[in-house]
Amino acid sequence: MTLTNYLVLAAILFTVGAVGVLVRRNAIVVFMCIELMLNSVNLTLVTFARATGTLDGQVIAFFVMVVAAAEVVVGLAIIMSIYRTRRSASVDDANLLKY
Amino acid sequence: MIEAPDLSLAALTPLLFVFGAALVGVLVESFAPRHVRQPVQVALALVGTVGGFASTVFLALADGADPGEVTAAGALAVDGAGLFLQATIAGLGALSILLFAERGLDPAKSAFVASAAVPAGSPRDRELLTDERVQTEVYPLATFAIGGMMLFVAANDLLVMFIALEVLSLPLYLICGLARRRRLLSQEAAVKYFLLGAFASAFFLYGLALVYGATGTIRLSGIRASVTTEGTGTLLVLGLGLLVVGLMFKASVAPFHTWTPDVYQGAPTPVTAFMAACTKVAAFGAVLRLLYVAFGTADWTWRPLVYGIAIVSMVVGVVLGLTQTDVKRMLAYSSIAHAGFLLTGVLGLAGSGLSATLFYLLAYGLTTIGAFAVVTLVRDGDGEATQLAQWAGLARRSPLTAGVMTFLLLALAGIPLTSGFTGKFAVFRAATEVGAWPLVVVALVTSAVAGYFYLRLVVLMYFSEPAEDGPSVGVPGLPTTIVLAVTVTATLVLGVVPGSVLDLADRAAALVG
Repeated sequence: MTLTNYLVLAAILFTVGAVGVLVRRNAIVVFMCIELMLNSVNLTLVTFARATGTLDGQVIAFFVMVVAAAEVVVGLAIIMSIYRTRRSASVDDANLLKY
Repeated sequence: MIEAPDLSLAALTPLLFVFGAALVGVLVESFAPRHVRQPVQVALALVGTVGGFASTVFLALADGADPGEVTAAGALAVDGAGLFLQATIAGLGALSILLFAERGLDPAKSAFVASAAVPAGSPRDRELLTDERVQTEVYPLATFAIGGMMLFVAANDLLVMFIALEVLSLPLYLICGLARRRRLLSQEAAVKYFLLGAFASAFFLYGLALVYGATGTIRLSGIRASVTTEGTGTLLVLGLGLLVVGLMFKASVAPFHTWTPDVYQGAPTPVTAFMAACTKVAAFGAVLRLLYVAFGTADWTWRPLVYGIAIVSMVVGVVLGLTQTDVKRMLAYSSIAHAGFLLTGVLGLAGSGLSATLFYLLAYGLTTIGAFAVVTLVRDGDGEATQLAQWAGLARRSPLTAGVMTFLLLALAGIPLTSGFTGKFAVFRAATEVGAWPLVVVALVTSAVAGYFYLRLVVLMYFSEPAEDGPSVGVPGLPTTIVLAVTVTATLVLGVVPGSVLDLADRAAALVG
């Protein structure tokens, strides 16, 4: 198995995540798609760490995990607060701000 | 045996001041009784930001002609441009904190919610609407965001840049959702900003990974060395493109601007002022560092991209700005157009383009905070009156407020004798020096059109009959008065005698890496 395969898999996962963000309606699912994008970046990073023979990529992957965890805390708090008011987590229902 | 990295604590003082104040703020929030929190938090946040500002000035004076240094094992670059931007962010941050601290305008004594955990519109929420309690976490959160921004403009390493991006963004997402009135709009703004911001930072991160794969390093100087010796491949250019997308999102440059009007409108106005001024400075600081330090020797990779989005941003900002009926949304589109003007400066040569952009950022930041401060003054029974129609005949009710707003709008339009003119002149000159005159022509045309939508509000304030049940103009307390005085004075001084500040920006225009 060559390293290219991992890069291609990561690119596919990133694309799946990006498309998911654009087409899904539930804020939680959108958020999960963003997490998928971050994890595909982690896969890319460790693959490149192996390819270039440096450790930086693996270290960055740890940082990305920590940041993703912090993002979950903030994101779920915001989504929860709007859900408790509206009883819905759909991004289509939040439509007061436009034009 | 692991060697400790070199750490120049002196060069880090501005950051230590701001982050220190934010951390103490968290402790105050946990241990201080409720009634003392507001004054203590405001004082702490001001000590942090003003201290950060003072220490950047001190560092700049102490360094003198020194081009700057790279510290923290190469992760941070403390140089002229970095210090100038850090001082700008800390100063504008202190002004924003003053706006946050205003107690005189809202009958409930704050623009921020009493308890963010109470669902909007519930009986308990209505009870708390007039309560004098305030969610004082906004002060440490804003201080963390200011610290993140100051780290962002000094990052000499893509990983530090990413961490700083998140440190500045995460608190901003939260404080966008903490308005006391129109809480649904505010929460919606927070959700939109959060989802789109996290989406953009995923792009930034993928760009980081591709650049790392292409060059084997994330240090900006290492990338520069690799670009110079080995040239640029597809992977590297793709990575650069994704990094730029992530940064342009934060700088609210069209076509990555879609969040801007919604978030600017929904967020509490002091927070909008903070975002419009400080986030813009920070994002452009990182853009400058990335493009000039890492990719300065391969400018053909980014020049066409920046050229294109500068035009898109100016045109989108101005054309959509014309159709707005809400003051805050209008100022949001104005901020998108100004991001386009700033990009014309970024295109300039490393020398004059850099100093012109630095000056423009300072001038624009001060003017825009002032404009949003005026927006907080015009109120009706339901909080701020932001509909354009409600501003009709404002000059009759309060000639002073209308006069201040007119002056600031003229500065945003770039009329001579205001800082807006000096800034625009500087960035356009920098762009013509590198032969980008078609871009300057577009910029001049869009400036003229933008003048129309600023003047439309001026005409509305002076030449329309005020409505019977129109809004009243609140009497600002000391904090807002200070902000208005500082911003108006600075806008005038930077327009009439800009020489010394232009000199300062010229001398500061150096990036190490």
